[in-house]
Amino acid sequence: MNALISDPTTQGEHQTMAGNIYELVDVKKYFGSKATTVRALDGVDLTIAENEFLAIQGPTGQGKSTLLTLLGALDRPTSGKITFDGRDLGALAESELAQLRAAEFGFVFQTFNLIPTLTAQENVETALVPAGLSAEERRSRALQALADLALDDRATHLPSELSGGQQQRVAIARALVKNPRVLLADEPTGNLDEQTRDEIVGLLENLWRDRGLTLIVVTHDSWVAGRAQRIAVIKGGRVNTPEQVASS
Amino acid sequence: MFFTYLRRELRRRSRQAIVVSLGLAIGIGLVMTVSSASAGVKNAQTQVLHSLYGVGTDMTVTKTASQGSFTPQHFGFGGLKGIGTSAAGTKINRSTLRVTGGDTTLPSSDVTKIAGLSGTKAATGGLVLNDTSFSGTLPKFSFSGGVRTITSGGGGRHHGGGGSRSSFTPGSFSTGSSAFNITSFTVTGIEISSSGVGPLDASQVTKGHYFSSKDNDADLAIVSASYAKTAKLSVGSKIKVAGKSLAVIGISASNSNSADVYIPLGTAQKLSGLTNDVSTIYVSATSSSNVSALSTAVGKALPGSTEQTSASLANDVTGSLSSASSLANSLGRWLAIAALIVAFMTAALLMMAAVSRRTREFGTLKAIGWKSRRIVGQVMGEGIALGIAGGIGGLIIGIIGSRVISGVSPALTADVPAASTGGFGGGFAGAAGTPGGGGFAGFTHHHAASGGSVLVHLSAPLQGGTIALAVGLAIAGGLVAGGFGAWRASRLRPAAALRSIA
Repeated sequence: MNALISDPTTQGEHQTMAGNIYELVDVKKYFGSKATTVRALDGVDLTIAENEFLAIQGPTGQGKSTLLTLLGALDRPTSGKITFDGRDLGALAESELAQLRAAEFGFVFQTFNLIPTLTAQENVETALVPAGLSAEERRSRALQALADLALDDRATHLPSELSGGQQQRVAIARALVKNPRVLLADEPTGNLDEQTRDEIVGLLENLWRDRGLTLIVVTHDSWVAGRAQRIAVIKGGRVNTPEQVASS
Repeated sequence: MFFTYLRRELRRRSRQAIVVSLGLAIGIGLVMTVSSASAGVKNAQTQVLHSLYGVGTDMTVTKTASQGSFTPQHFGFGGLKGIGTSAAGTKINRSTLRVTGGDTTLPSSDVTKIAGLSGTKAATGGLVLNDTSFSGTLPKFSFSGGVRTITSGGGGRHHGGGGSRSSFTPGSFSTGSSAFNITSFTVTGIEISSSGVGPLDASQVTKGHYFSSKDNDADLAIVSASYAKTAKLSVGSKIKVAGKSLAVIGISASNSNSADVYIPLGTAQKLSGLTNDVSTIYVSATSSSNVSALSTAVGKALPGSTEQTSASLANDVTGSLSSASSLANSLGRWLAIAALIVAFMTAALLMMAAVSRRTREFGTLKAIGWKSRRIVGQVMGEGIALGIAGGIGGLIIGIIGSRVISGVSPALTADVPAASTGGFGGGFAGAAGTPGGGGFAGFTHHHAASGGSVLVHLSAPLQGGTIALAVGLAIAGGLVAGGFGAWRASRLRPAAALRSIA
């Protein structure tokens, strides 16, 4: 698949897609005190369409992961506005953000972030705990999610008993078991070898296509970014197109 | 999920969990042991009180003779004609039975008055007396006068003592052949009833039998085991009280040493000439919590009386029981509190450190939608689980500690000042007709039965309150440990938590 590279701040070529699920206007995120302020994001304008596969690329320390945490309602911007499905994330209470994370967003991390003491099945179940489902329902849905990712024979294994690829697949099962609208992946292949990387990226692509997800992947890997519909490059705390970056 | 996660997490951090639980267990166990020992010391003090004053007694009421009203004892030497040089060779054998020095008597009706007070369970009267015998052959002597020193007891006077205590520096009995024999023992006249209060009841009679209801003025006596040994008495022996021969019908337990000899109250009143009088009223309260209030009520009902309770007695007790009391109340208590604080702090710090190590884990859980409340609950749950484990451990340590103390059962001596136990406060007025004959102004008799030393064995009973304390401490320990960890966890912002490992 060729990435549909365009101006990331507009709908561009996504005319066939549904409406925008995200709209970011002049989003800034600063860290530290006045004297030592780090401008992780310094005026980001970005729209993301529903069902889009967007890659956020850029050098280390340029604000990729910070942008992902804002998109996933894990943090609030210092200024600017982030709208998700018409709702201003900055105006929501912490409990509403938690509800949003529980229902709408799935997260996949570079280091998998599985709970080491829980089995694969139990790790997947943790994503269903906020939904208040019965133990039996949680169990059956978790097993189904693992089976969808060909991990049903690893359900009772602890993370330490799984390979890196298997652990990442468990993390993906955990992210998808609640049927989120958005899947946010932060360097999902950063800790994997090339073969496993290809396998995981292929899996994400299939899930995105089959389930109609909005897939946002932060990566510094150009090969992975190249699989996305669109690439947003973060540099100096701002979003650019690859062409803008190349010409600068 | 909650319990699965909790169990697995504690298992993963088993070493830390053991350290936290063990710390809490030691702290709680120490508190329990000290509490049990304190209860044991309190019981021992009560035992001392009962030993001195009788079973079931919460309080004794006496009346001190007003200062200056001291009446010396007389042996009636004045009745001997020609005492002095011409009386040499005369054999003397005199015996007196008097209320112990410093005490005065109360009318028997006061017993009824106290029995009728609200808060009184039972009251019984007793007549605490000293039998003093003076026998020997008068030598030819010239008595140059002794030195009598009287120290006023003032306040703090207790059962039978106080008033004034005197020491006697013998004068110069110039003849070397004098052979006076002075003996004294305490005699308590007791009401024969089944009220369960008083200096002696049937359960304390280990040999022979107790008085029957018909024995109120019978010539019978029960002798304490220690005095029986000293005076070589046994059931069936005869003992002379105020010159009257009484039959020994029983031997009382050695720890019931409020008197050497117990006789029926009617007999005691008859022999002492104190008809319708008592010197001590033994009171049992309806509950231990109202002893203090009852003491006040008695004081109002009988102005000028002195009330002695276990609490006031405890202040006068010295010896190893007092040391044990001080140890339990000061060093033991502070040691236990210090251990508990260290345990709580260790638990709190370890929990906080554990939460810090799990920043990534909690950040992930927040990212997938767990609310802070749920994560705080999880951490609190772990803390409480450690608290419960510590509580169980503490309970075991506490039980072992109390059993060890009760098993070793260290012997403690309670030394009560003689002034508190019926010092022999009478005195020899000196021979009549011998001007300036100072004489024995009083001395304290020291034989074991009425002496101030009581031997008790320390036990450490585990009471319901102590167990409740352990449970409370376990929960508190869990809440402190979990609370600090939870506080740390609640402050984690998901993005920051995830960023910390990125």
